[in-house]
Order: sequence, then C-alpha cells, then structure tokens
Amino acid sequence: MLRQVLKRLATAIPSVIGVVVVTFLLTRVLPGDTAAYFAGPAATPQAIAEIRAKLGLDRPLPEQFAAYVKDLATGNLGNSLSTGRAVTTEIIARLPASAELTLVGLLLSMAVAIPLGIVAAVKQGSIVDHACRMVATAGVSLPVFFTGLLLVYVFYFLLGWAPAPLGRLDVFYSAPPDVTGFYLIDSLIARDLDTFRAAAAQLVVPALTMGIFSLAPIARMTRASMLAVLSSEFIRTARASGLTPRTVIITYAFRNALLPVITTLGMVFSFLLGANVLVEKVFAWPGIGSYAIEALIASDYAPVQGFVLTMAIMYVALNLVIDLLYGVIDPRVRIEG
Amino acid sequence: MTARAQTGAPPARSSFALLRHARYVIGENPVTGIAFAIFVLLVVAALLGPLVTPYDPLASDTSATLRAPSAKHWFGTDQLGRDIFSRVVAATRLDLGIAIFSVALVFALGGLSGIAAGFFGGWVDRVVCRIADTIMAFPLFVLAMGIVAALGNTVTNIVIATAIINFPLYARVARAEANVRREAGFVMAARLCGNGELRILLTQILPNIMPIMMVQMSLTMGYAILNAAGLSFIGLGVRPPTPEWGIMVAEGAAFIVSGEWWIAFFPGLALMLAVFCFNLLGDGLRDIVDPQRRT
Amino acid sequence: MDRRQFLKSTAIAAGAATPIGAPFVRSAAAQARAETLLVVTESGPNNVDIHGVGTNRPGYEVSWNCYDRLFTHGKKTLADGSESYDRDKYEPELAESWDIGPNSATFKLRKDAKFHDGTPITAKDVKWSFDRAVSVGGFPTFQMKAGSLEKPEQFVAVDDHTFRVDFIRKDALTIPDLGVIVPCVLNAGLVKKNATEKDPWGLDYTKQNTAGGGAFKMVKWTPGTEVVYERNDDWKSGPLPKLKRVIWRMVPSAGNRRALLERGDADISFDLPNKDFAELKAGSKIKVVANPVGNGIGYIGMNVKKPPFDNVKVRQAVAYAIPYQKIMDAVLFGLGKPMFGAPADKGLDVAWPQPHSYNTDLAKAKALLAEAGYPNGFETTLSFDLGFAVINEPLCVLVQESLGQIGIKTTINKIPGANWRAELLKKELPLISNFFSGWLDYPEYFFFWCYHGQNAVFNTMSYQSKEMDALIEAARTAAAAGDKAAYEKEVKGFVGKAFAEVPRIPLFQPYLCVAMQPSVTGYRYWFHRQLDYRTIAKA
Repeated sequence: MLRQVLKRLATAIPSVIGVVVVTFLLTRVLPGDTAAYFAGPAATPQAIAEIRAKLGLDRPLPEQFAAYVKDLATGNLGNSLSTGRAVTTEIIARLPASAELTLVGLLLSMAVAIPLGIVAAVKQGSIVDHACRMVATAGVSLPVFFTGLLLVYVFYFLLGWAPAPLGRLDVFYSAPPDVTGFYLIDSLIARDLDTFRAAAAQLVVPALTMGIFSLAPIARMTRASMLAVLSSEFIRTARASGLTPRTVIITYAFRNALLPVITTLGMVFSFLLGANVLVEKVFAWPGIGSYAIEALIASDYAPVQGFVLTMAIMYVALNLVIDLLYGVIDPRVRIEG
Repeated sequence: MTARAQTGAPPARSSFALLRHARYVIGENPVTGIAFAIFVLLVVAALLGPLVTPYDPLASDTSATLRAPSAKHWFGTDQLGRDIFSRVVAATRLDLGIAIFSVALVFALGGLSGIAAGFFGGWVDRVVCRIADTIMAFPLFVLAMGIVAALGNTVTNIVIATAIINFPLYARVARAEANVRREAGFVMAARLCGNGELRILLTQILPNIMPIMMVQMSLTMGYAILNAAGLSFIGLGVRPPTPEWGIMVAEGAAFIVSGEWWIAFFPGLALMLAVFCFNLLGDGLRDIVDPQRRT
Repeated sequence: MDRRQFLKSTAIAAGAATPIGAPFVRSAAAQARAETLLVVTESGPNNVDIHGVGTNRPGYEVSWNCYDRLFTHGKKTLADGSESYDRDKYEPELAESWDIGPNSATFKLRKDAKFHDGTPITAKDVKWSFDRAVSVGGFPTFQMKAGSLEKPEQFVAVDDHTFRVDFIRKDALTIPDLGVIVPCVLNAGLVKKNATEKDPWGLDYTKQNTAGGGAFKMVKWTPGTEVVYERNDDWKSGPLPKLKRVIWRMVPSAGNRRALLERGDADISFDLPNKDFAELKAGSKIKVVANPVGNGIGYIGMNVKKPPFDNVKVRQAVAYAIPYQKIMDAVLFGLGKPMFGAPADKGLDVAWPQPHSYNTDLAKAKALLAEAGYPNGFETTLSFDLGFAVINEPLCVLVQESLGQIGIKTTINKIPGANWRAELLKKELPLISNFFSGWLDYPEYFFFWCYHGQNAVFNTMSYQSKEMDALIEAARTAAAAGDKAAYEKEVKGFVGKAFAEVPRIPLFQPYLCVAMQPSVTGYRYWFHRQLDYRTIAKA
C-alpha cells in the first residue's frame, strides 16, 4: 500500500517541477517593473536601479531561479515584496478561509446536484429530466462574479437577510481561537455558538455562489453514471426480486454509481479552489485567491509562485486521495501507479 | 462497445442519415431544439449585427445617459449614453469569435497532440501527458490571468490563454478515443492496404474522433466566453470601447446597487443565453453522436 | 499556557458567560459600536511607514494617525459648511512652541509626550527621524528636498526638548514641508533595536509595525483585509480623540461599498464612484462632503519630445477637441471644478489651479491640425492607469470619440496600476490621461514638479523650456524673499506659458468626496486626501 502511494506520488513529481518552472518564467515575463513600483512616485532612474539591486532583480534569470529553488528546498516561499511578510505564513493563514468556503460550497452543491442527478436518471427523458438539465446548466451559464454580486444585491441590500459582505466574520466578532483555521469548526471547539452562527451566516451567500457554479458538472456526472448502472443486470435482478424502487435506487444503484461521481467531485473541488479568486473579490473574503490576484496585479512574484505551487500540491494530493478512496469504495479497483 | 462500433465504422453513415438522426433527436428532445434555435439567432446576430443595430454601438450621447429601457432604447443606455441593445448585438461577433477561435486553437493543439499520443503511444504519449498534467496542476483561471497579464490584454492573448487552459481536457479525451481505435478493424485494414501511420492517423482516426471532439468543443465554447468575462472583471479584458459581453457585465455590475440594472442585465442575459445554448447543444450533439451516452 | 489548557479555559469562560452574560455582552457591543468607526475602502496599506519603499496611499493614512509631527494645521470652515485644514495656520503637536528665524527654526517639544511603548519623546528621536527621512532615498527624501531639507546636518537636537532645523537656503516651502506626512517622529530606540546591518534604518520593522507616539495605535493589520487601531489614551499632543477603535476593512467591490453604507453597516468611505457620490448626495440617508482637491488637476498629457505632439499647433488642436463639458457631466457627475472655458479677455489670476480659455471647438481644432500639417489626422495611443479606471475609462472613451472627429485615431491602452509608474518614467507614452495633486498648495510647487525642465516623473510630457524654468525659479525666489509683486508676475508668467503651449491640457479640479453616516461628525479635509480619525466622532 505504502509503496503504491509512493509510486503514485513519484509520477506527480514531473508536473510539480513543470509548475515551478512555468510559474517562475511567467512571473518574470509580467510587464510590471517591480523596482519602479516600489521606488515610489518621485523616483529617479538611479533610485530604481538601487532598488532593483536590493531586490536581486538585476541578476540573470538562471541565477534568480537557482536562488528560488534553493529557498523552495528549505520550505521558504520567499517574502511578499509589497507587504514584506513571509508567503508561507500568509498562505497558511489564508488557505483555511478558501478551503472552508469551497468545501461548504461543494457540500451545498452536492446536496442539490446529486438528488437532481438521480431523479433525472430515474425519470430519464421526462419533463423532470429536462428541467434538471436546464437548472444545472443555467447555474454554469453566468459569470460567477455576476451571480455573487446579484446575490449580494438581493439578499443583503434588498432583503437584508444576509449579513454584510465583509469577509468571514462580522467586524464586531473576534475570530475563534485558532485550531483548524475553519471558523465553523473552531467556534464549535470553543463552544462559542454565537460566533458559530455569525461565521455560518457570513458563509451562506458566498458558498451559494460557488455551489450554483458547480451544480452542473456534479448533476451531469451523477445522472450519467446512474443511467449506466440502472441499465446493468444486477439492477434488473434486484428489481426482479421485488425490492422496493427506493432500495434499488439508493442502496444498489447509487452506491455503485458513486465512483465516477467522486472523481468529478475531486476535479470540481480543485477547480473551485482555483476559481474562487473572483468570488473572494466580491465578498471581501480573506482567502488565498484574492491574495494571489492582488500580488499578480502588483507584479509581486513570490506570492503568485507560492499560491500556484500550493494549488499544484493540493491538486496532486487530492488526486491521490481520490485514487485511495476508489480502493475503499470499490475493492475491484486498485491503484496501479 | 456497440456504440463505439457504430460511430466507429469509418464512412458507414452517410451525412444524410446523420441529418435524419439529428432531426429525430431534436424532435425527441425539445431542449436541444431550443438551443439550436438560439444558436442560429446568435450566428445571425454575429453575421448581420453591425448592419442592423439601431445606433452606432460606439457613439456616446451624454444627453441621454443611464436611461432605462424604452421604445427608443430597447435595452436602455449606459453611463456614456451608448445604446445597450446595439452594443449587445455588436458584441456577438467578438464573443462568438473568441469562443470559436479559442476552441479551434485548442482543438489544433490539444486534440491533435492527444490523438497522436493515443495512436502512437511511447514517448509522444508521455510528453503529451506530462504537459497536460502540468497544466492541470495549475489553478486554471489564475494561469489564464497570468498569461494575459504577461502577454498583454488583447483579444488574441485572451484566445491563446483560453486555449491553453483547455489543453488538458482535449488532449485527454482525444488520447482516450484514439487509444481505443488504434487496433480497431478498420485501422488494421487500412494498414494492410499499405497506408502509412501518419496517413491512417489523419484519414482514419481523426474523422472518427471528430464527433466526440465536437461535443467537447461545444461545451468548452461556453467556458471560453465565461473565462473572458472573468478576465474583464479584474480589468484584463478587451480594450475599451470595444463592446464585449463580459466587460459590459463587469462594468455594469457596479450599477446594480444604484438601480441601473439594465446595464449589466442585458449583456449578462446574452452571455447566459450563449453559454446555455452551447452547453445544451453539446449535450444534444452527444445524443446525436452516441445514444448510449446521453447525459 | 498550552493550547489545550487555553481551549479549556476559554470554553469554560464562554460557557460561564453565555447564560448570564449575554445581555451584558450585547449592550457592550452596542457601546463598542458607538465608539468604533468602520471605514471601508477598495484597497489597504502595503506598508505602514511613510519612509518605506513604495508605501501606497492607504499607508499614508496609518502614518498620519499613528505618528506625531512637530506641528499640525489648524482648521477652517469652508463656504459650504464643511471643515478643512487651514494651509496658513499652524498648531502645536509635538512642539509646544517654535521660533522661526532667518537662518533656522527652533522647536520646544512638550515634556510629557511618550511613545506607545512608554518611552519619552525627545529631540534625539526627532533628529533621528528627520535624518532617516533625508537618508533613506526614494519618495521621503524627495519630499523633504522639496522644502530644501536635504542633509542630516540641518537637524540639531539642542537638548532633550529643544530641536532646531538649520536652513541651507531661503525657501518659502521649508516650514510648510515640515507639516506634511513625511517628517513624522519615530521611536528611535525601538526602531534601532530592530534594525540590522543591512537595514540600518529599520525599514523592515516599521514596514509592518508602527513605532510612534500618535493618537492611535495600530493593533492589527492583515494585508488586503483589515487594519484595526485603538486609541492611545496617553496621547498628549492634542485633544483626546472621541473614537476608541477604528476598524478599516478592504471591500474590493464598489457596489458592495455603497450597499454597506446605505444599509448602515459601514460608517465612512472615500472610495465610491462619482456617480454614487452624486446620488447619495442628492438623497438624505447618507451625508456626503465634497471638497476640491487642493493643487490637483485631472489632465490629458502629450509627449512633446515626439511627433506629432512636438508641434504646438497639434497640441492646441487637441485642446480644442476635448469634450470638456461631456466629461464634467457623464464622467464626473458634476463633482469637479471645470478647468476650461475661461473668457478669453479675462486675464490670468495668481492662483493654481485656474481655468484656461480652450473650449470644445472642433472646427478650430481641424483648422489648427491642418495648419500643423496633419489635415487627415494621425494615429496614436491613449493610455491610462487601470487603477483609476472608474474615471479614466469613460473619460478616455469620450476623448477618443471626439479626437476621431478631427481625424486623430486613438487606441485605448489600459495599463495596470503596478506598471503605470514605470511606464510614466520611461516617458514614451504619447498621450495619457492622468491626475496629479501637490500636498503643498502653492502654484510654484505644482509647476516645479510638473513643468520644470528637471523633468521629474510628474512632468509626464517631458516638457522642457529654459524660459519656463526661469519663471518657476524666479517665483520661488520671490516667494522666499517675500516680494509679492514679483511673485505675482512670475506666477502669471508661467501659468500663461503653460496655457499657450499646452503640453498638458487641464480638464478639471476633482472633488475629494467622502460618504458617511449622518451620525459621523468632525470629518476634515486634508491635503493628503486620507482620513484623520482624531477629529471624527460618532453621535
């Protein structure tokens, strides 16, 4: 088992290396002149040259790359030029915010999409089927930032049901003591129901925005995979043995249809984690996405590199977990490496 | 496997039969019919758009700014008094262009290299898979942002960035499909007739994979437009004053709270219809191509 | 205390507090709310030290509120009833009194002032801080230089509570320049403790920590998310502020910022599109204060070093082709003073900004363009800073359309904020839309930066003229000598020349607008265009 895991990890190494190299090059091609940016409004060319030397930007690219890789090897992602803080600590502090938002969004989406997919498969070709398809597709048809702004307008501005879109907690609450970084979990650990409620309230609208966007792939895959299973022989046998349709669908069919759905979930999760940059901007969410955007616009290399690398590693890890899950759900599948 | 064999038999089906099947599917599935109608509408707007708009989409009129929809301005006017209906129609060509060109590019890059990977295997396969894996490991939207930020925010670069982030999807699908067919009977037959491998790839494998690729293409066309819209939101979209749905939605979004809903709503609606139509068409095409894989 | 123990104790505390304490907590929250100001802006500081490398505008706000200066400005009430700083009235801050002689100025520091960590503030700290400002290079050093504050030898700590500034030349801007943000007083002992050999001025430390003795202490800063301040209850350099806490949140979406204000969740914001300010002003729910930005002008700049804009006729043609009024209406929503269309026979004022006499006159523009040898126009690019797209984008679209009518075809080029300065510095952009405002509200100060042949970055047109330089220098000399008549003549001279040769076309003097809840009082306009929390109160 362990050997298999290691083997599987080894195959991911080239793509991580690829990510490191491509990100490095891409950030250096960015047109922003970091030195001029930091030299301030009244800088002279000489002052800029001084700053460039101070930041090490006057050295040849291979040398800069070597320095970067050396830092990486020691787990140091460098410091953000604009805020002066270590990228590693910033990412560790911000990742839970993004992960919490994405996970809750995914759970909301699953709660709707999976039943939708099952119903659509069972009633294949009916009005219900078409309606499910329309609903799911509609969700993916609007730019995610637009959905977000629209939801804020309706639920916060017009109706006043949602709290102010001011990040993870109302300003007059203080964050629960940090254990996992997930406010929902941390506030429960601290048995602070008030904070729990406040954090949950802040989460609903942004999570809904994410959820709507991920409805389509999950519903589609559930439907497809259910259809395949429903037409297989063991289902026919189960039906013939007089089991209730409910038992057949939930216990027999769905369990067997789960495998491709989980693969999709994994992909959707990693996709969402990257795509939530826009949602974070709309909701002033202090996650890693908004951090990366700001850095990219300021041509601040280190945070962009750190962000992309973190995402790449998470992607690799996620795929590994999915592969392992396969084995648990379906003993016939064993990872081959 | 039966389905594969059906679509797989090389020129087995005449185009006439396919058309008849398509008509059957559209008749059977009203949603695809609707989608097809929208698609026709979009294409007409893209072709005739600039000729039929009631106003010049670029002309400002500061005496009539921020007007609500009326008989004079069907979709209202924006901050500079430009007619939103004219802008929405005029934008169709550019948005469809972004969608079509990015899809064509990614098909050429990802589709062909995927087919080659699946057909030849060996080092070609390894290289293509590695590239696809590397791109997949990126947060895709951020990669697109990075590419556009680095190369400059022109339409061409938006097309390129969109094509690059879709590369893995195409490469994987094409590879899987080609892989299945590389030892198929008709390929063997072609080989026995003395055809070279490259010729087989292009004349036998490629045409047979096209249907599946078409499905893929119509699905990604929608994402291409959404991607362009997202880039506009963070300021990396096309240059003003070019009308483009994404940038119009992004700019109009700031006016929602103050009540000028129409500025973002109509381009948003157009964008939604387009993406919606591409997605449903993709599903419909899948039904046409492969009745077994109806999802 | 280890984590487990900590968790246990907080859990017990929470458990104990919930049943009995809940109403108390709620009223305490209401109380806290009344003494807390919630500020929302688009972006936050990147550095909390004004002496730092590349500190952005929000960073100035932290510096202004967390550090003291020798003196500050008094207030005046403007015609519309709003409050503003008074350029000509100085009031004590760290210095109780001062004496300005012909060759130096001596400041008596208050004896009870302390830094946030409790160390007394002495003249040595002041000297060290000023030495730092003139030595670190970059923006702070440049700003000090604008007031002829250039060398550490100019700053003398006479004794613990007496500080002297020696003048290297007569300059009317020296004293005003001591009242801007840059000459702030840092806790020298604390910063030195955190300095390293590579970083002798401790810039890395002050980048993230405030080390001052100002009215507010920064207690938390999460970049891109929030800044939290608490009042310094031991502050002696002025009346104790009414606010106990200030929470400053970054909200990137403009629509959301307006929603937060209208729903009453946020207290105050500078960062709204003009359209929203205009609408909120017309309504009654939100108080909007609008003050013209002192010495600030939005303009179209042309690169005079390169054809076709090296030809003065072309520049004048462009000046006649700008849709001025459209810009005032559709872009600024009236929130600005027009800088165009002065009657031709009116003559010049001794003031800056003041309107020029160009107007939208396409026929005249076409004729001038033909005279210049471009009867069919030409092609060029019009660039702007994406960071200010709310104003710039519609403005550039209007300018583009209007220039198109006289045959000048323009492509609009959006440049991300991070690259804007670098592009300006290259001085290669042919045509730009930009904004500049000078902290020190004096005409010669503006011209020294924007029109002088030293070709500073703000001279975005690369305009160089010996005559112009002579006029600017003469005005500075006259100001230093107190020769009013000569000063007025020189100022009119350079303003007239700037209008005749139009390397840059002034469009408007924008208003600095701020929207706040009706319960917020005491807002004051400052030359630095940031919030001063000290005077603000919530009813």
